[in-house]
Amino acid sequence: MSTTSSPAVKKQNRLGFETAAYKGGRSTLCAGCGHNAISERIVEVFYEMGVQPWNVAKFSGIGCSSKSPAYFLGMSHGFNAVHGRAPAVATGALLANQHLTGILVTGDGDTASIGIGHFMHLLRRNLPLIYIIEDNGVYGLTKGQFSATADVGSKTKSGVVNEMPPIDCCMLGIELGATLVARSFSGDKRQLAAILKACIAHKGLSVVDVISPCVTFNDHEDSTKSYAYMKEHDDPIHDIHFVPFFEDITVEIPEGETREVTMHDGSRLRLQKLGEDYDPTDKIGAINALHASAKTGNVLTGILYYDGGQPDMFEQLGMVDEPLATLPESRVRPPRAALQTVMEELS
Amino acid sequence: MSTSEMTSVASSAGSLQQRVINDFSIQVATVNGSGSQTANNVLMRAIFQMGVPISGKNMFPSNIAGLPTWFTIRASKHGWIARKKEIDVLVAMNPETAREDVMSLAPGSVAVYDEMLRLKELRSDIHFYPVPFDKLVTPVCPNAKLRKLVRNMIYDGVVAYLLGIDLEEIHKALFKQFGPRKAKAAELNWAAVQAGHEYATANLTKTDPFAIERMDGNRGKIIIDGNTACALGCVFAGVTVVIWYPITPSSSMMEAMIGYLKRFRIEPETGRSTYAVVQAEDELAALGMVIGAGWAGARSVTATSGPGISLMSEFTGLGYYVEVPAVIFDVQRAGPSTGLPTRTMQGDLLKNALLSHGDTRHPMLFPSSPEECFSLAQDAFNLAEFFQTPLFVMTDLDLGMNNWMADQFEYPTEPISRGKVLNAEDLKRLGGFARYRDVDGDGVGYRTLPGTNHPSAAWFARGSGHNDKAQYSEREDDYIDNMNRLRHKFDEMKKHVPPPEVVLNEKADIGIVCCGTSRWGAEESRDQLKREYGLETSYLRLKAYPFGEELNAFIARHSRVYVIDQNRDGQLLELMRLDFTAEEISRLRSVRYYGGLPLDARTITGEIVGQEGL
Ligand SMILES: Cc1ncc(C[n+]2csc(CCOP(=O)(O)OP(=O)(O)O)c2C)c(N)n1
Ligand code: SF4
Ligand SMILES: [Mg+2]
Repeated sequence: MSTTSSPAVKKQNRLGFETAAYKGGRSTLCAGCGHNAISERIVEVFYEMGVQPWNVAKFSGIGCSSKSPAYFLGMSHGFNAVHGRAPAVATGALLANQHLTGILVTGDGDTASIGIGHFMHLLRRNLPLIYIIEDNGVYGLTKGQFSATADVGSKTKSGVVNEMPPIDCCMLGIELGATLVARSFSGDKRQLAAILKACIAHKGLSVVDVISPCVTFNDHEDSTKSYAYMKEHDDPIHDIHFVPFFEDITVEIPEGETREVTMHDGSRLRLQKLGEDYDPTDKIGAINALHASAKTGNVLTGILYYDGGQPDMFEQLGMVDEPLATLPESRVRPPRAALQTVMEELS
Repeated sequence: MSTSEMTSVASSAGSLQQRVINDFSIQVATVNGSGSQTANNVLMRAIFQMGVPISGKNMFPSNIAGLPTWFTIRASKHGWIARKKEIDVLVAMNPETAREDVMSLAPGSVAVYDEMLRLKELRSDIHFYPVPFDKLVTPVCPNAKLRKLVRNMIYDGVVAYLLGIDLEEIHKALFKQFGPRKAKAAELNWAAVQAGHEYATANLTKTDPFAIERMDGNRGKIIIDGNTACALGCVFAGVTVVIWYPITPSSSMMEAMIGYLKRFRIEPETGRSTYAVVQAEDELAALGMVIGAGWAGARSVTATSGPGISLMSEFTGLGYYVEVPAVIFDVQRAGPSTGLPTRTMQGDLLKNALLSHGDTRHPMLFPSSPEECFSLAQDAFNLAEFFQTPLFVMTDLDLGMNNWMADQFEYPTEPISRGKVLNAEDLKRLGGFARYRDVDGDGVGYRTLPGTNHPSAAWFARGSGHNDKAQYSEREDDYIDNMNRLRHKFDEMKKHVPPPEVVLNEKADIGIVCCGTSRWGAEESRDQLKREYGLETSYLRLKAYPFGEELNAFIARHSRVYVIDQNRDGQLLELMRLDFTAEEISRLRSVRYYGGLPLDARTITGEIVGQEGL
């Protein structure tokens, strides 16, 4: 990033917008809630990527997490739907207008419990949509009950121990057809921003599970979704450098240590090796790595899986390029002769 | 039969009988999965082609194969197309039900049956025609596997001989049914028809009075089921996002829609579709997708039946409160729970009017015929988009899945209207907008679609409390203002929904009110009441909810108003009770049928005669 611009001139992105254009209303979430940090990243990344704000559609379910679309991208249309079922609303909306950039923010309760059926079927459809799970292991809005992503052995504040195995939404994503699957931590600004940029560049379904501590109900000592736990156990698989198609920056990364992926829009994703080599295009390898890390209690973060070559939902359906919502009458009402033919067949 | 035109003929048995021409019913009793549907449709179509008004009712079980099925064809020169309770001509093909089927016939009826069933001993007061089906089918169909399917065509040949149906018409109907691509199968079936006809000609002596004769009672008409008519309505209404989850009796609507979309809505230049069809994971998702699509500006539809409606409750409330257009076809079947999936009912009237928690009201349309399925489908989208709300089109299994004689559909004359949507130019002119402000006094605010190219286009759709700018609000005044506006909007719909059909009879003291398919039984019942009891009636058939002023005026004109319901609890009447005055309610009487079969005229007549003390 350049540091030469004079402080008197406000910075603008490639569309000529300042960051303010990407901000939303004032957050009513608890101070320190991980969800707030994620909203900040969304503002930052949509600004830096120069996404047209009024071409974005935001979706959410119900929960603290699902309130957050009101706190970013205030110039974008938003739909705060019902608990767990935002995927359905997003699917319909994007089918109606495939030119929209869709971003959906939900909680782990939304996704892994009440809405898991919708989530799983969304995964199968490769709908171009950025699906962010603000994962705190609890139901924040209903005051601290376990969610289905809580780890075995983690305790609620009141001392109840979770005995049931967690649902790993990334594992489901990889297994069921999401074409970009990532995990991150709300406290890791750099990594989360890079992942979100990759999601914007991706043409297909991106699922990002962001560990997002709930300071009020699940940030205590026996929680595996706390800030302290994540500081200890966050295990990034690579260092992500995202180079957008509209910037020609040559980042010096030593040869042989990096995997480079060119994305649909021409942006480049450079994944710099950290420790063990990790191939995000290897489905089985990704699943094995997640299983292995779960045993150690570490949390693998980064772009866990990527497959840029799959047709998206619109291509699968063979739809015209223009938004269906605004096609003129001449293209959606068959001519008189068509009705005449049908009537003759039936008479 | 008092007004039927009768001629006396000497039957070959020697007795003098009155011929019954074009005014009787034929019932074919088979086992489902035996391919009888083709034989039945061909028979029905052949009679139709002879110019005789007909209707067909299929009473089938909720399984794939092996259970009893009855198909009833009614020929009525007077044009009555309601179900007729009494069976005149029985074709008994199902060994399991044959005895009971024969025992329930009225004296003088006909029974064509499989020789092996030995039904003749059962009674002596009906006309029996035994046919050796197995013996006849073997030579025409050497392939033993196909025999079961072809066997049924034999009765078409036999019945054609007995009733005087022109064999040429059977041939025409059969080849139409199979289409050019299945000409070989058609030939095989045609051989079976001929075998039946030849056998009957050589071996059966007609002793019964029933006959089909050519007339000119259905010129220009078509035969279509309501589901297909709804599907066509949606396609010609310019639907773009179609979402479904299979459920009887609505599935065939979606299958028909997909068929027509593929034919008429793929652009030849690119081979791409101007629509999207998704088979959703469940009905919750189905309506969620429809609402998402409606919010983003598409004409979107789903179709379902009772169990799906129950699942759609939460999203219906969301659509109501966020104010998003959605069109939901409810092809009603008998509930509660799984109920009788293949039986008809008007069981969801009350549920859908008030679907979801909190104070909600939803508009409904009540088509009674294929013509109205087609035209009200167009109205449904225009209304849902104008009023920005979920709307239910209430058909039922009888209308949806049975074949009906109908007038040819008229090409829509009204342009597709998208309601109050502001575009970028509007916003430039106005500077901005408040999503839920009642600018025009009709309770309907202006909306923008996501993707509108203007910085102040955005609004935030939320199912939580909001003010007129769509901002989150828990304020008492904001809540009440919003709820009042929503109610006002609902009441405004009265002026815009299709008005009822009203027949005022100066001589009548009593009125009959109904909706949907109750129409057919009601119209015939009015004729029966007048002819048989001298009872004059007025008539009002509702096409929509909310009910307009016409209904209040109608009630005020009559001392007693019989409200016909195809459900146990008198749901249509209950809906009136919700909003009507005590004076109005005191005039209402209830006629209810809830056996799951299409409502027949006799049931209504009996009920009204009883309550009137006649
Ligand atoms: C149908 C339905 N059932 C229950 C609720 C109550 N409810 C609101 S939010 C929530 C859980 C939220 O948890 P999560 O999705 O993890 O979001 P968080 O608040 O933790 O961000 C529940 C159960 C509801 N709104 N709707
Ligand atoms: S309760 Fe938890 S999840 Fe909800 S806002 Fe507060 S910290 Fe965030
Ligand atoms: Mg949560």
